[in-house]
Amino acid sequence: MAAISREEVAHLARLSRLAVTEQELDQFAGQLDVILQSVARVGEVAADDIPPTSHSVPLTNVYRDDVPQPSLTQDEALAGAPDTFEGRFRVPRILDEED
Amino acid sequence: MTTTVLPSYEDAVSRYEPVIGLETHVELGTATKMFCGCRTEFGAEPNTQVCPVCLGLPGALPVANRAGIEATIRIGLALNCDIAAWCRMARKNYFYPDMPKNFQTSQYDEPLCTDGYVDVEVDGKQYRIGIERVHLEEDTGKTLHVGGATGRIHGATESLVDYNRAGIPLVEIVTKPVPGLGALAPEVAKAYVAELRDIIRSLGVSDVRMEQGSLRCDVNTSLNKPGEEWGTRTETKNVNSLRSVERAVRSEIIRQSGLLDGGTRILQETRHFQETTGDTRPGRSKETATDYRYFPEPDLVPIAPEAAWVAELKANLPERPSVKRARLREEWGISEVDMQSVANAGAVELIEETIAAGASPAGARKWWMGELARRANEEGIDLAAVGATPAQVAALQKLVDDGKLNDKLARSVLEGVVAGEGDPAAVMAARGLEVVSDTGALQAAVDEAIAANPDIAAKIRDGKVAAAGALVGAVMKTTRGQADAKTVRELILSRLS
Amino acid sequence: MTDLTRMSAAELAKAIAGKEASAVEVATAHLDRIDAVDDRVHAFLHVDREGALAAAERVDRGEVTGPLAGVPIAVKDVIATKGVPTTAASKILEGWRPPYDATIVQRLRAAGMVMLGKTNMDEFAMGSSTEYSAYGPTNNPWDLGRIPGGSGGGSAASLAAYEAPLAIGTDTGGSIRQPGAVTGTVGAKPTYGGTSRYGLIAFSSSLDTPGPCARNVEDAALLHAVIAGHDPRDSTSIPQPVPDVVGAARRGASGDLSGVKLGLVKEFAGDGSEPGVLAAFHESLEALVKLGAEVVEVSCPHFQYALPAYYLIAPSECSSNLARFDGVRYGLRTGDDGSRSLEEVMSLTRDAGFGPEVKRRIILGTYALSSGYYDAYYGQAQKVRTLITRDFQSAFERVDVLVSPTTPFVAFPFGSRTSDPYQMYLADLFTIPTNLYGGPGISVPCGLSEGLPVGFQVMAPTMADDRMYRVAAALESAVGTLTPPTL
Repeated sequence: MAAISREEVAHLARLSRLAVTEQELDQFAGQLDVILQSVARVGEVAADDIPPTSHSVPLTNVYRDDVPQPSLTQDEALAGAPDTFEGRFRVPRILDEED
Repeated sequence: MTTTVLPSYEDAVSRYEPVIGLETHVELGTATKMFCGCRTEFGAEPNTQVCPVCLGLPGALPVANRAGIEATIRIGLALNCDIAAWCRMARKNYFYPDMPKNFQTSQYDEPLCTDGYVDVEVDGKQYRIGIERVHLEEDTGKTLHVGGATGRIHGATESLVDYNRAGIPLVEIVTKPVPGLGALAPEVAKAYVAELRDIIRSLGVSDVRMEQGSLRCDVNTSLNKPGEEWGTRTETKNVNSLRSVERAVRSEIIRQSGLLDGGTRILQETRHFQETTGDTRPGRSKETATDYRYFPEPDLVPIAPEAAWVAELKANLPERPSVKRARLREEWGISEVDMQSVANAGAVELIEETIAAGASPAGARKWWMGELARRANEEGIDLAAVGATPAQVAALQKLVDDGKLNDKLARSVLEGVVAGEGDPAAVMAARGLEVVSDTGALQAAVDEAIAANPDIAAKIRDGKVAAAGALVGAVMKTTRGQADAKTVRELILSRLS
Repeated sequence: MTDLTRMSAAELAKAIAGKEASAVEVATAHLDRIDAVDDRVHAFLHVDREGALAAAERVDRGEVTGPLAGVPIAVKDVIATKGVPTTAASKILEGWRPPYDATIVQRLRAAGMVMLGKTNMDEFAMGSSTEYSAYGPTNNPWDLGRIPGGSGGGSAASLAAYEAPLAIGTDTGGSIRQPGAVTGTVGAKPTYGGTSRYGLIAFSSSLDTPGPCARNVEDAALLHAVIAGHDPRDSTSIPQPVPDVVGAARRGASGDLSGVKLGLVKEFAGDGSEPGVLAAFHESLEALVKLGAEVVEVSCPHFQYALPAYYLIAPSECSSNLARFDGVRYGLRTGDDGSRSLEEVMSLTRDAGFGPEVKRRIILGTYALSSGYYDAYYGQAQKVRTLITRDFQSAFERVDVLVSPTTPFVAFPFGSRTSDPYQMYLADLFTIPTNLYGGPGISVPCGLSEGLPVGFQVMAPTMADDRMYRVAAALESAVGTLTPPTL
């Protein structure tokens, strides 16, 4: 049985803002299926009472002081932008509402 | 869509029980952003307070601002929360152009503070609002929607983004659901936000001005029939003042009861409060809740506040607003009922600051609870947004105490101050409202009035001192009210004795 | 006159300091070499002739000094270099010039090193062959029809082609070590957090580690010492001082490993490694024993889950790290013809700008983090990570370092592992475990198999980077360095 369906891949692509083509969908679904079945092996390990590791360095409480540092200039900030207008980044109309 | 006949509020709460919850975001007043050293000043040119970190440039990394952590802990302590011994930041993943990384660094299942409470008083009764959690996150940039009719997203052809605000620390405070409030749900909600605001302001960690966006409120409302399970809740956003909090809850109760009466299911949705009409409008309905795919933020290490530090912060918490109100009540010599009115009007700090700026308690109270409260009510805005500062009110009262203005003139000056014409002295000068103190000029006006009213003058000479009132009135008229009535009366009497 | 491009970094530094050669001469020699061979090797995505010569001139004027002053270096194109194109070998960043330098680049500049240019890599550091570069692959100087390894194939190839004596790479699952192995060069992954990630375009944040690449162990150690050390701009940066890796390398070069216990991981001995690789590895092991080392078999039972765990953790983190590439603030934007919404433009941009491997990993990562799947996939993988860490810790109670072949196969021909992604992933079988643990690892050339280089991997406990340099240098003293065919 497939670990991941074509529909799920399409859904995930939408979620991650990737306009995959039909051809890509077919290809990816097959490949991801194989990969998923391999990585699912992690489930073989009995790990109920094992704490997860999110950081391999044993550091805590790394902070900086609340002291201003130099910022970029407006030009530097906008330098790589595809489209700007009067100091702001310009984007085409947004469909989703702000959260 | 069928139109439902809406019940009255009283009817709705007689048959349904509301359950409310509030989610509040507080923008901290730190000097720099949460994860980088960019300044946080309001009003800078767009995209001039940004750096690789808060712009989300490839390769940039966050470093946590200690002041932001401290402020969050202090807020948690002031809300009687437990402070986590160890917790992490998390990534909340979703795409939106005001979020440079397309994820927000926030906290998920490990908030910094949990399980607290706030006590509020409404109509002499105490209510305890449980606090579920207090956590730290970062603010987004600001998007301007261009091309549409309303400046909102609907109908816009393009949008313009400024990231100056992106990365400023935000503290999110979520209440536990609050049942059992009955008809008072709207007032309690409002009282909670007011108390929360006062507590946070007393900590000095934020301006907490709803009208400026440093205190943002979302209100959740659900209804259920007595004895039944809680209903589906809706979330109402765009609640920008204390009044709106109350109105939003009230309007949702009415709306939901109308639907339930008609047998319609309540949609779990986000709604937007409409200032002008007082009701809520549906946002874009989402079929499924967004999956934010939270995971612990790998670029930031865990936060483990030392117990000694937390104890110190707790020991140094400022006086509770309720304790402060009791103390001020005594200092000002007013009744509990009067103090409650002051608190309800949102005037405690304002009056306190006005006294600190030099006014007497009575003088400060007179303006804030009188003229300014009236204006705020008329315009449907919070007292703090009315357009006069405590310093200005104190200055105004001083002008009255110094005899430069009488009460009537002072009101006109206040009108100018509120309209943004400047400080009281400036408005007084610009509008030419100063009490005429030049006795020479007054004397001339007095003589004029005496000459114009010989029979009244005669009565006064005969000892009918009361008749002087009419002459005083005449002088006030010719001086356009800019005379001190007492002085005028004295001049008249001395002239005619 | 000695061919400057054949000298080691240490020799060049000495020559420049002793004024036997100017930094400009050295830089020019390497730039000329790049001109001569890079059309065949394609190690470089961008050569900064002007910047290199200017930096060299500053050294010649005496404005900057240091142990590696004037020595040329190539930098993997995943690291931000101010004003110099940085693309991560992706179309989505074509032409992007960062407004800032990565911390390690600042350190290179402050040390007077001369940056020649940016090297090719698998797109966003995802791959083991550099075939996934959006700008074409790099060819292995040992055999131009074969891969140079990945993701840092360009850095390793530039060394093997004598285009640079030193290079910077980054290692997330083996991307410094495996290219080192298949190009016959030295590639070292420091302890995670030992080198600053500020300015490193993030692939998998909890695993990414910048590190030194060189043609011999001492050179790698010298470069390690320049770039490593605490950085307040990186919250995961280790505060402790950098271990004396140069001293350790020199000590190791004396060829005495008496008392050193080498751990042989039982679970790595399974099928999958090419016989020639195993043969070269075992010969080297014998050479180390002759130097006084003792071989001890250790069991790390969870290492068999390292590859699956990695291919859950890394794609998950990358799916989040790569979300910022959306055509709004920098990089490619496509499809914005006035009729489309932002969401559509973003999706078209990302589909056009990312290659297939990157897309696969984003989708996989999004899946592994999804509610309903998180516990079984990402969550479970992080637990496996704990178990792997414990395996290392118990092993290191019994031995000083762990050893293995760096990678199961020598440089494979182009196209031989791209149709089945998982076949490509197997190249990282031996390198991945230490990335999950966060420990240091180094690949040292140890011999040939059918004329192609084989790499020997040494892994040490976290923070004990010096230990691996010592053993690596000792091996090098026994087997010597490899010389690629002349290009």
